[in-house]
Amino acid sequence: MADIHQEAGGGADFDLSQFYQIFFEEAGENLDQMEQILLDLDLESAQDEELNGIFRCAHSIKGGAATFGFADVAELTHHMESLLDKLRRHEITPVPQMVDVLLESADASRVLLARHQAGSQDEAPSYAGLVRRISELASGVALAEPEPTPVAVSPSPVPAPPPAEAVAAPGSPVPTGQRQLLVRIGPLERVESADAIKELFRDIAGLGTIADQAVDDASMRAFRVETSSSDEDLLDLFAFHVAKEHVSITPVASSAQSSTPIAAHADGDSTYGFFQNAPGLPGQSPMAGAAAAGQSVAKAETNRPLAPKTADAKAGAQPHMESATIRVAVSKVDQLINLVGELVITQAMLAQNSQDLDAAVYQQLLAGLADLDRNTRDLQESVMSIRMIPMSIVFSRFPRMLRDLANKLGKKVDLVTLGEATELDKGLVEKITDPLTHLVRNSGDHGIEMPADRLAKGKPEHGTITLSASHQGGSIVIEVKDDGRGLSREKILRKAHERGIEVSEHATDAEVWQLIFAPGFSTADVVTDVSGRGVGLDVVKRNIAALNGTVEVDSSEGYGMRVSVRLPLTLAIMDGMSVGVEDEVYILPLSSVVESFQVKDDEVSTVAQGSRLVKVRDEYMPVIAMEKIFQVPRNGSERSSTIMVVVEADGSRVALLVDELLGQHQVVVKNLESNYRKVPNVSGATILGDGRVALILDTGSLVRRARH
Amino acid sequence: MNVTDKKDSSVSSGAREYLTFRLDKEEYGIDILKVQEIRGYEPPTRIAHAPEFIKGVVNLRGTIVPIVDMRIKFNCEHAEYDNFTVVIILNLRERVVGVVVDSVSDVMELAPENIQSAPDIESAIDSTCIYGLGSVNDRMLILLDIEKLMSSVEMGLVSVGE
Repeated sequence: MADIHQEAGGGADFDLSQFYQIFFEEAGENLDQMEQILLDLDLESAQDEELNGIFRCAHSIKGGAATFGFADVAELTHHMESLLDKLRRHEITPVPQMVDVLLESADASRVLLARHQAGSQDEAPSYAGLVRRISELASGVALAEPEPTPVAVSPSPVPAPPPAEAVAAPGSPVPTGQRQLLVRIGPLERVESADAIKELFRDIAGLGTIADQAVDDASMRAFRVETSSSDEDLLDLFAFHVAKEHVSITPVASSAQSSTPIAAHADGDSTYGFFQNAPGLPGQSPMAGAAAAGQSVAKAETNRPLAPKTADAKAGAQPHMESATIRVAVSKVDQLINLVGELVITQAMLAQNSQDLDAAVYQQLLAGLADLDRNTRDLQESVMSIRMIPMSIVFSRFPRMLRDLANKLGKKVDLVTLGEATELDKGLVEKITDPLTHLVRNSGDHGIEMPADRLAKGKPEHGTITLSASHQGGSIVIEVKDDGRGLSREKILRKAHERGIEVSEHATDAEVWQLIFAPGFSTADVVTDVSGRGVGLDVVKRNIAALNGTVEVDSSEGYGMRVSVRLPLTLAIMDGMSVGVEDEVYILPLSSVVESFQVKDDEVSTVAQGSRLVKVRDEYMPVIAMEKIFQVPRNGSERSSTIMVVVEADGSRVALLVDELLGQHQVVVKNLESNYRKVPNVSGATILGDGRVALILDTGSLVRRARH
Repeated sequence: MNVTDKKDSSVSSGAREYLTFRLDKEEYGIDILKVQEIRGYEPPTRIAHAPEFIKGVVNLRGTIVPIVDMRIKFNCEHAEYDNFTVVIILNLRERVVGVVVDSVSDVMELAPENIQSAPDIESAIDSTCIYGLGSVNDRMLILLDIEKLMSSVEMGLVSVGE
């Protein structure tokens, strides 16, 4: 029903390749970590935490590999995981062979990953032997039968695995086309926890779709799932939120096939009493066990000619796994940025102090300073760019989310994204994602009408939600725009009165729109399970305010709504223009400066209340006298400002009246609020070449001030 | 038994060090642990619409630090700035603030028994920011809860109600 730009379908919806690199890095880290824990593992007294740790590593690799379609890695890690799962549940006892086989499997995974990373088309090394050994160990057979011969020869000496294992038999993680499943979850004490499963489908690209299914029992939840993942994989995923025992998966099409609920890992596993009955009971002593293991491994390798090949491949492919990136603590980067900021200031100071030196006498010194200038700038840019990541990272989650939302609501929504390359500080990206998600969901849920309603209103059937990001003078503006029903002034005012919020009937639209950010304010007629529970926009606003950002709403009933989030570039280095008023220096963000000129008296006119306007070419714009709004003391001198700087923000222009233009330079933006409070019309502070502090003007608020 | 011993020793070792400074004729003490450093006065960058006692902000090795003139806040008669004017840089958990005083005297150790709670007094600041009066020989020290004072609304250093 729903239709998003990306064509509907299974895992092929998105270009996952952009995340490959991250996956490879993470997988590499996980493998390293697993190896480390395995090597440190004390088999005699293995800690739960260690076993869980290894399990988690294998599990994350498996999840990622399945998502990205690296079926071989997914399968291998899946088997490792099965073994580890039994270990951590204490269904089987850890033995040295397990560590060996897990280490080998980790190596094999590395090789397989390296192949994928290199995009190699050669025949993949086989890991069937490893899989078999893992299965054997998982079922406790290897130990039980000290004679390795039958193990090595027979392809499947393992006692019939429990049903869950059968599902996960080789090849099952490989997507085999879409399947319709009915997933029943429960009975649960807190049935809400099952809802979290829906999040999984939203968050994991390519997993499939999920929809609510009516169910009689209040302690149960049922979902209709369309996916290409295996039951086992789904169970594993769900295990994050609900116990496997509470999940039952039934194919929708042919319920006859397997109508029994799949309780993962029948408990029968641990009851294979081979241990106690094994003929070679003394073999339990570590020495004998290790010897047996060695024998078994040696035998296994001679019997499987493929194994050495694996080793070769590993040797050849290893270099490809060398990571092209490193991960460092954010605090280290912050420290680096601060230090560079100091360096920039020092450099500026040197530059300023050396201005008056005689170029002929100090030729070498000045040349050195010029080099320092260039190097500092380059260094600064490099350092700053470390923290910057493109908005596409944030935006990329929305197509998926909207698609599911549209599906659920029966709406048709197109998503358009603009300015994805706009870079934003990493810290901000992380913090803005949730508020943005909320806004987008809001647009989809409240904004966009049902297709029939849209057609009735003469709008195209498909609603459009536009996400855009752009730099606007020292800040970044992220907009969420929809062409839905827009906000209803009347309705909001009514709601406000109902809730006892005082609003004048003559409030401006902007003031009325701001009401939707009041705590607990919801204009949704029907509370859906998507939104409208009243947990909402107030939190969004608070989160954005916490980032020193602002939220503006613009709406026209029947035509849509636009929410603009304006965020400062908190630790930005900015191009600034310094202006002087009496002895004081103020910095204007260069990006908002349009022009400057010497003003003549006859170009300035006043209107009724004394506001001054200046005519620049054919446009009248308000004049803001800096000395007035910043209360600059005039030390008795009769000097008056004659220079105007036109600045633009939010699409409006004002002319700032200043004494002089001092110059352009890069400034390190410092937060004024960390030790002081917010100052009106000021967005931050910086340190000048002479060590003094100068305030950076907030052109946005200056423009807004002039408008009112 | 041990418990009482411990208690006793902790009381007797409860003496704390205070940095004392002068404002006009009064002598004040603040917890030395809140003091980051002591500097000379340099003209700060003025901030429009700030209360008179907030002189502005200065650059302290890259940190923007507001400067509060305690003499103006405490209604002292003279508040002049010369080469001997002293700024105490306070480090108050989350904030760094500089305060201008007439002079810094010394660091004193005061045992709890030498501190009596402040009587209800009329003063230029919220009296709850004075947590006691210390007596050393025949001098009286006004002990300030500097952290509370600096974060109080009346100082205007902290944004309120946003």
